[in-house]
Amino acid sequence: MSFWRVTAKRIGYGFLLLMSVLVLNFVLMSLAPGDIADTIAGEMGGADEQMLAEIRETYGLDQPFHVQLWRYLSRVFVLDLGFSYFYNTPVTTLILEKLPATLLLVFSAQIVAIISGVVLGVMAAKKPNGLFSLSVTLIALFGFAAPVFWTGILLIILFVSIFPLFPIGGIMDVTLAGSWWEHTLDVLHHLMLPMITLASIFVALYSRLARASMLEVLGADYIRTARAKGVPERSVMYRHALRNALAPVVTVAGLQFSAVISGAVVVETVFSWPGLGSLALHSILARDTPTIMGILFCSALVVVVFNILTDMTLRLLDPRIKSG
Amino acid sequence: MSNLDTPTPNSSPPSTTDQGEVDSTKTLSPMKEMAFMFLRNYEAMFGLILLLGIAAFTFLGPLLYPTDPFEMVWAPFTYPGEEGFLFGTDYLGRDLLAEMIAGGRVSIAIGLSAAAISVVIGVFVGALAGYYGGIVEEALMRFTEFFQVLPTLLFSMVIVALFGASLWTVTFAIGIVSWPAVARVTRSEFLRIRELEYVTAARSSSARDGYLIFRVILPNALPPIIVQANLMVGSAILFEAALSFLGLSDPNVMSWGQIIGSNRTYILDAGFAVAIPGFAIFLTVLSISLIGDGLNDALNPKLRQRG
Repeated sequence: MSFWRVTAKRIGYGFLLLMSVLVLNFVLMSLAPGDIADTIAGEMGGADEQMLAEIRETYGLDQPFHVQLWRYLSRVFVLDLGFSYFYNTPVTTLILEKLPATLLLVFSAQIVAIISGVVLGVMAAKKPNGLFSLSVTLIALFGFAAPVFWTGILLIILFVSIFPLFPIGGIMDVTLAGSWWEHTLDVLHHLMLPMITLASIFVALYSRLARASMLEVLGADYIRTARAKGVPERSVMYRHALRNALAPVVTVAGLQFSAVISGAVVVETVFSWPGLGSLALHSILARDTPTIMGILFCSALVVVVFNILTDMTLRLLDPRIKSG
Repeated sequence: MSNLDTPTPNSSPPSTTDQGEVDSTKTLSPMKEMAFMFLRNYEAMFGLILLLGIAAFTFLGPLLYPTDPFEMVWAPFTYPGEEGFLFGTDYLGRDLLAEMIAGGRVSIAIGLSAAAISVVIGVFVGALAGYYGGIVEEALMRFTEFFQVLPTLLFSMVIVALFGASLWTVTFAIGIVSWPAVARVTRSEFLRIRELEYVTAARSSSARDGYLIFRVILPNALPPIIVQANLMVGSAILFEAALSFLGLSDPNVMSWGQIIGSNRTYILDAGFAVAIPGFAIFLTVLSISLIGDGLNDALNPKLRQRG
């Protein structure tokens, strides 16, 4: 199948996945004890049965299940995810406000993790039984075993009491009055600790993977051929081996997006980073169901989009990958 | 998304020298051979001893140190070693050592039972998908992917938030979001094994599907599933810790994550109240993954030669 046909198939399929997420959302919302009418009544300071019935009629809660489901789906199509009675704002507005901060964190952490993981893995693969290789294995073990919030808190303690280099909370200094690039630098400055914390989990995974996949590629016949005909070792490593060893790392990194978002929820809480994760936690503690469901849908959307993008990248890089 | 479905490395053609070596030495039963390989592996033994030590600490601890973990015994934030408190006291003046002992039991118990839930679901889904193939496989794998699209932590937060934070909902929420990895491993093993001759032989002697799945294929598919299950225990413990850290845990039950969550506002005054339980989680998960690596080497000896 051609590149574009496969991509179109992926997009159609991602669309179906998102529809299922919406249906799940709706079912979970109806299963949860209490409904919007109760929430509104609570906000108003109580209401009698007749009042509740009126509210239910206004919001269509007296309609049969499939009618309500259809209304929910058709509202989502025009980007209306409902109304948050806790923040008194449409959910879509809330999410769009917080999404950029989360995307910045997730993206930068992924990129840092992939680059440092690949560098560590390649260096370890040069001497598979050397001391450096052993320490990469150890880093991988520690990275998997350390709870992410614990890493974050240790970094906070370290950077507050020993090296006060980076700010430990928030996304920017609100008192700063400067030009746009000073603001950008300020945000990057605030980004450092959350990013390092989030990346630490995935560096472990990627370095281990890159090491194993480099070792496998370095054993291949074409590497022996390249060496036999006198290609310099550096070129063998980076031009012949690394390109082929990267594919599994990119594949796994693409599949990790949902895990990175999960990690971001915790990291955002530790560093009071004002993103979707913090919003999710606050709305969960406040029982703000429409917002929670909106965030769940939005994160699924992000994951699906990145899965498709990763898939397209892989296909462009390596035309041998089977379609389907 | 299906790029991970490459055949497992086990399916590479076995080298003939392997066979010769096995024949020349005294043949051991597979179980014994596995046990020997595991015992010879220093890292795995280290992990096993570490884990036994942690289990002894948390399960025998109450006998030796009967302080109530919920009781306020001294001034808050007493530093470790002061006033006779080995680990100090937390923000409410509770004895951190007693909390650690009680919390470990819950963390380990949730880890084990959530992993058990995810293994049961994952094996069931993966086995059916791998055995039947075709449209059953397609449907089940789409179902699995659906669960992989939702960020696991967020999804379990939602479940806990909607159905209340009790020990059971937390365990269930962790189990229900983490089975896809098990399903994938099980399916790829089933896909490989169902083509082998002994399965065809069993089938030709008119064995029924249930018998083939659970008595013929599953026992032979177990090694990678065991390794995966072992990893699931570690990640379930981390998961529980993250949920408790966020405040989504049963408030009446002490767990390591909950100690961290309740003390985290005071990290700059009493970092130890966060560092100690975090270190305990770290050691537990580390020991579990060392054991997992050892099991992997012992159960798939061919993989080890790849360096």
